[in-house]
Amino acid sequence: MSVTSTGLFYVFATVLLIAAFRVITARNPVHAVLYLVLTFFQAAMIWMLLKAEFLAIALVLVYVGAVMVLFLFVVMMMDINIESLRVGFWTHFRSAAAIGVAIALEMAAVLLGGFRSAHPVAVAGMPGAPAQSNTAELGTMLFTHYIYPLEVAAAILLVAMFAAIALTLRARKDSKYVSPTDQVRVRARDRMTVMKMQATMDAPPAQSSGEAQA
Amino acid sequence: MTLTLGHFLSLGAMLFALSVVGIFLNRRNLIVLLMAIELMLLAVNTNFVAFSYFLHDMHGQIFVFFILTVAAAESAIGLAILVLLFRNKSSISVDELNTLKG
Amino acid sequence: MSQTLSAMSLLCVPLAPLVGAAGAGVLGTQFGGNRAGRTFCHSLTILGVLIAFLLSAQTLYSVAYDGARFNQTVYTWMDVGGLKMEIGFLVDGLTAMMMCVVTFVSLMVHLYTVGYMEEDAGYNRFFAYISLFTFSMLMLVMSNNLLQLFFGWEAVGLVSYLLIGFWYNKPSAIFANMKAFLVNRVGDFGFILGIGLIVAFAGTLNYSEVFAKAPALAQLQFPGTEWLLVTVVCICLFVGAMGKSAQFPLHVWLPDSMEGPTPISALIHAATMVTAGIFMVARMSPLFELSDTALNFVLVVGSITALFMGFLGIIQNDIKRVVAYSTLSQLGYMTVALGASAYSVAVFHLMTHAFFKALLFLGAGSVIMGVHHNQDIRWMGGLRKYMPITWITSLVGSLALIGTPFFSGFYSKDSIIEVVATSHLPGAGFAHFAVLAGVFVTAFYSFRLYFLVFHGAERYDQNPEPHHDAHADDHGHAHGDDHGNAAADDHGHGHGHGDAHGAHAPLVPHESPWVVWVPLVLLAIPSLLIGLFTIEPMLYGEFFKDAIVVNAQAHPGMEELGSEFHGAASMALGAFTSTPFWLALAGVALAYYLYMVNTALPAKIQRALQPLHTLLENKYYLDWFNENVLARGARLLGTGLWQVGDLRLIDGAVVNGSWRLVGWIARSVRKLQTGYLYHYALVMILGVFLLLTHFVWLKFVWLK
Repeated sequence: MSVTSTGLFYVFATVLLIAAFRVITARNPVHAVLYLVLTFFQAAMIWMLLKAEFLAIALVLVYVGAVMVLFLFVVMMMDINIESLRVGFWTHFRSAAAIGVAIALEMAAVLLGGFRSAHPVAVAGMPGAPAQSNTAELGTMLFTHYIYPLEVAAAILLVAMFAAIALTLRARKDSKYVSPTDQVRVRARDRMTVMKMQATMDAPPAQSSGEAQA
Repeated sequence: MTLTLGHFLSLGAMLFALSVVGIFLNRRNLIVLLMAIELMLLAVNTNFVAFSYFLHDMHGQIFVFFILTVAAAESAIGLAILVLLFRNKSSISVDELNTLKG
Repeated sequence: MSQTLSAMSLLCVPLAPLVGAAGAGVLGTQFGGNRAGRTFCHSLTILGVLIAFLLSAQTLYSVAYDGARFNQTVYTWMDVGGLKMEIGFLVDGLTAMMMCVVTFVSLMVHLYTVGYMEEDAGYNRFFAYISLFTFSMLMLVMSNNLLQLFFGWEAVGLVSYLLIGFWYNKPSAIFANMKAFLVNRVGDFGFILGIGLIVAFAGTLNYSEVFAKAPALAQLQFPGTEWLLVTVVCICLFVGAMGKSAQFPLHVWLPDSMEGPTPISALIHAATMVTAGIFMVARMSPLFELSDTALNFVLVVGSITALFMGFLGIIQNDIKRVVAYSTLSQLGYMTVALGASAYSVAVFHLMTHAFFKALLFLGAGSVIMGVHHNQDIRWMGGLRKYMPITWITSLVGSLALIGTPFFSGFYSKDSIIEVVATSHLPGAGFAHFAVLAGVFVTAFYSFRLYFLVFHGAERYDQNPEPHHDAHADDHGHAHGDDHGNAAADDHGHGHGHGDAHGAHAPLVPHESPWVVWVPLVLLAIPSLLIGLFTIEPMLYGEFFKDAIVVNAQAHPGMEELGSEFHGAASMALGAFTSTPFWLALAGVALAYYLYMVNTALPAKIQRALQPLHTLLENKYYLDWFNENVLARGARLLGTGLWQVGDLRLIDGAVVNGSWRLVGWIARSVRKLQTGYLYHYALVMILGVFLLLTHFVWLKFVWLK
């Protein structure tokens, strides 16, 4: 990698980490979402550096463009009492920080230790120029070796859509829809009662002769 | 200095740790919880892409592709649940969600 | 004639009474709907026993005169792992004699019962039971294997239980029948241990096979000890005999068994059931001969019983109890004979005793009937005028019992006394003293009874509690309808008395009807004569030669006796100068003096020897011991096991404890389910952290 790449990497990485930190510590959830958007942009750039341009664009388009927008919608729709959520935030910061540092160090130790010896080649990413672009290569693999997982992923997305709608759909209050099941299950005796009455009734005795019958 | 795999992996590690801290700190705030989960997924994806680049293997990127798909589906549903919860309880404080206790 | 007997006729012997029992028991009682009347029941059962008796007599004839024998299996019940369980008959001299005795006495009792139980509501049931008893006893004596013996053993115990508690509404009767059953159970426990040992070491239940293996078994030791196996086996078997034949200390049930009606006291508790133990030991003689220790044990137990039970008979006031203790004492005599290896003498005494003891019991029953159900001899007296036949037959029985020369009892008792004198076992000295002293004691209490009942002043009207001698209202006695009979009856008055007598003046005693005194006469005849005619073939002849085995070198008693025997008549004549005769005479004389001449003296003696009298009255405190130590101890153990073991341990700790434990665990674990999402998230984080640490650990510590 060239010096430019290195420099760019450090810039992107720094912004990424700061933005991530702000995501979790921002007071206002809208700010937190916006910082998350920034984080994703930085990550996309880093991926671009790694010559995974399709995924980088996908991240921006799909993730930021759809999922983060969704987050924004939800956050802005809900009237949240922020203060009640921040209670006890800083009291736990010490232990949280400790755990976080420990996790980071451990992960680094394992991963770095495992892969230090592998491929000291850091110069050229791919041997020779790739025959196809990243997108084409990705596409070829997807539609040949991974066709089945692809279809499953599509099904998952479909199901997720159904689930989201089914969970949150509210019926319109002026809808006159009647459930067919209820219609079929109607019983006559819930709606109607047959009573026996005489066909003729005696006229009530006249109370006073002065009353006129209408 | 030249970038090595190690750089990217440490970046991923730090991102992951940050999101863990985020969960720890924001236990009560469901939205930030969901966002921290997104961060976690991002960290993992970064690791995959880095491995894919340095090991010259496309499979890493394919995996990222699928993770992205599933992550999107999962955040959609997660947010739907959040909306529903808010509708019913008018609050997203996790404190009040204890009816499943044993 | 034939050398083997017919299996069919042998099979009929026990089955005929069984058919009678089934018919009377099912059709004659509520069980079968009360279809049959009394006449049908008693006729059917008497017919059954009569058939059995005639066939037994024929068998005895074949066995004695034609040398016929039978030892075959009639039916194989099952064959389990090589152990055969079968029904079979072994008929030799011993069996044939027992068959005849059992069926004859049973027939006499059946006939007697027609009169004795006439007014009883359970008439049919009684006949069914005594026929069932006859069947059981016959199966016992005819058996050719230990299993059938045990079946008969248990069956007679069961019928004894049913009959002692015949009047089941009487609490004392129920107490007595439970006591009899439980004490017998103790004996049966030992018995079955003995049978189990035989099965374990000989691998068979059949007599012939066991006896064939006996010499080999004699070499074995009981595992883990220094005792001979045959000693342990024989002692265990004898424990069974102790229970069934009421030897000390398992004798306690026999006096209480007098709660049952008199006919069964005669049949079961004098003549037949209690002799089952004696019979069994005689049958097992090949085994007993191999163990001197066991024989010594038998000897000592028998002599204790013979002497000490006699003492108890001296102070009894209930006519049946005197005869009961007399039975116990005579059973002791039989056991002593067994211990001295004189099995044939024991069995001979068994036979003679069956006749005269049954006679004495039935006579006592006749007396009881005659004085309207008073059983206390203090309120009898002078009855010989009113009941001559009963009087004469009871005198014959008493003379036979005390061993008067020429009577049957003399031959058997004197033979026992002589053979014990020849025994070399350690306990023989005490045994000889016991049987001699017993002669005096027997004579004394027998004639005390005789004088108080049949002679002296008439006291039947002085009874302060007439009709309260522990009688229920529903037991019957014969009615006036038979009083018009024959020369026997001086008082042909028909008193139609019902059950409630309290307000009447005391009624005059009367003789019993013919159905009651004919059996008495028929039993008096063998009591008089049978010893004279059968002593020679039985004791010194070939009658028991293949049934009873005696080791003549080690136990030369019978041989010595045989060398001194010169015929029955000369034995009787020579007895007039022997010690037993003079002891018996002294006993009679003392009884005459105390109860006829100086009648105030017994009361003074009792006052002077009050502690001794109390000891005798409490039957050596054995009943007290059994009830307060053993029975109460068992109940305490049961209660303790129930309260602690069952309620506290099993119910409380195990059953309740297990659900409480589960509940406690659930309660503790439930606290993890708070329902709060952030707790779960926290736990997940911690889990991730731990997993990570685990992998770091693995990588850096283990996989260097």
